[in-house]
Amino acid sequence: MLELRNISYVVEENGTEKEILKDVNLKIEEHFVAITGPNGGGKSTLAKIIAGIITPTSGQIILDGEDVTELNITERAKKGISFAFQQPVHFKGLTVKDLIGIAAGKNMTVAQVCEILSEVGLCAKDYVNREVNSSLSGGELKRIEIAMIIARGTKLSLFDEPEAGIDLWSFNSLIKVFEKMRDEINGTIVIISHQERILNIADKIVVISNGHIDSVGTKTEVMPKLLGTSGGCDVLKKKLADH
Amino acid sequence: MDIIQKSLLQQIAGLHEVPEGAYNIRANGELDSRNTTANIDIVTKEDKQGIDIIIKPNTKNESVHIPVLLSKSGLQEMVYNDFYIGDNADVVIIAGCGIHNCGVDTSKHDGIHTFYVGKNAKVKYVEKHYGEGDGTGGRVMNPETVIHLDEGAYMEMETTQIKGIDSTNRVTKAVLKDGASLEIKEKIMTHGEQYAKTDFSVDLDGMDCSANVVSRSVARDQSKQEFFSVINGNNACKGHSECDAIIMDGASVSASPQLTANHIDANLIHEAAIGKIAGEQLIKLMTLGLTEAEAEEQIINGFLK
Repeated sequence: MLELRNISYVVEENGTEKEILKDVNLKIEEHFVAITGPNGGGKSTLAKIIAGIITPTSGQIILDGEDVTELNITERAKKGISFAFQQPVHFKGLTVKDLIGIAAGKNMTVAQVCEILSEVGLCAKDYVNREVNSSLSGGELKRIEIAMIIARGTKLSLFDEPEAGIDLWSFNSLIKVFEKMRDEINGTIVIISHQERILNIADKIVVISNGHIDSVGTKTEVMPKLLGTSGGCDVLKKKLADH
Repeated sequence: MDIIQKSLLQQIAGLHEVPEGAYNIRANGELDSRNTTANIDIVTKEDKQGIDIIIKPNTKNESVHIPVLLSKSGLQEMVYNDFYIGDNADVVIIAGCGIHNCGVDTSKHDGIHTFYVGKNAKVKYVEKHYGEGDGTGGRVMNPETVIHLDEGAYMEMETTQIKGIDSTNRVTKAVLKDGASLEIKEKIMTHGEQYAKTDFSVDLDGMDCSANVVSRSVARDQSKQEFFSVINGNNACKGHSECDAIIMDGASVSASPQLTANHIDANLIHEAAIGKIAGEQLIKLMTLGLTEAEAEEQIINGFLK
């Protein structure tokens, strides 16, 4: 279980203080939690704070009862936090097999890498020895990023907008990966997303807007409000009511 | 061969014992051992230090090892090796030099390797440089490679200098005829106060010939690297050079590419990038459970792989 207590994050911009996150309190106990909300609302910042990439100005992060606020990225990774970047990083010279091996924390056989890659819909023989660089498409990089999280198999997996930067076609097949992950993977999955299909399979939806938690609840509780705030028309409201 | 020399041989050629096929092992300025085959002859030069390696036309799938080992502190030598590779041959040549210096005097190996690659012949040339020993004496290597590619010839050259060479000035010159093709892959890592300079000069004289020069390097501590590359497109040809360097600590790297097109259909490209390890690469690997130092090591190993 992950608990965020009074998390605030303030940056200085042009001499004035800007609050990116304001006193965020959140408990994540469910299996599959989606975080959504407008761009610039603080979602990615929150994910980076959980992974240890950003240090909050104040507040505490509790993982399974242990305060991990002071732990660095590596220590948190070892405690079981995994983080899939919104923009996958390129590595000159490191291959898919190398990265999956690093993620799994052991030398992997081609068969083992193949197993993991097939989870994200990639045919291993085409990818195992490919360098993780710009020769791969955005969709391929996203899948490899997700494969690393699967290879780690930790108790908390964070995904920052897996749909960002890929075409709808690729996303449609990616969504199946998440549906499968929800059904098969133990531990907690936290996914930042704007996609209705992702929100639909979430046990809990957290809406973050303007640096604070706007609402928390199940799909039926949150979705109408979410679309309502953005000015849903009658047709849309009816459609939501039918869901 | 003593234990030190055997260990050098392992480092530069990956060999535990004498290799298969043709070889010539030079240790401390003298011939240690040699083997020739029906298709590959090795002859000692009479007018100067060095050997001629003569490979008959149509020789396929054979290899030549010509390692040089220096374990005597203060030894300095200049060697000329000429390779005559017959038409249609397809061979692998493994050269390399290992210096073990535990004394106070500078040990130095300078060599000029000249390749005459026949029509439609294919050569893979691998060269590794390695230095070790805890003496204060310098370990210096200045290799020069001169390549003549005849019509339709192909040469792949892989040079590696990862450890222990205090100063190196590498010169590579190539002239390509019609349809010839040259691939050069260079890997360098410098530490401490080391200095490495590489200087490529390629003349694309033939029609439809091509050259690809790729250098990847890592400069650590206070070391200094300089990269020069000159590609002259004198015919309808393709030339590409790339210098990609990671800089760390207080090191310095400079890249000076020069492209000259003397023909309307010469197609020449250069790419150069110098920078420190990207912070996001370190962060990504740390989120996979590596420490910052382990992440750095993985990134450099991958980069120079």
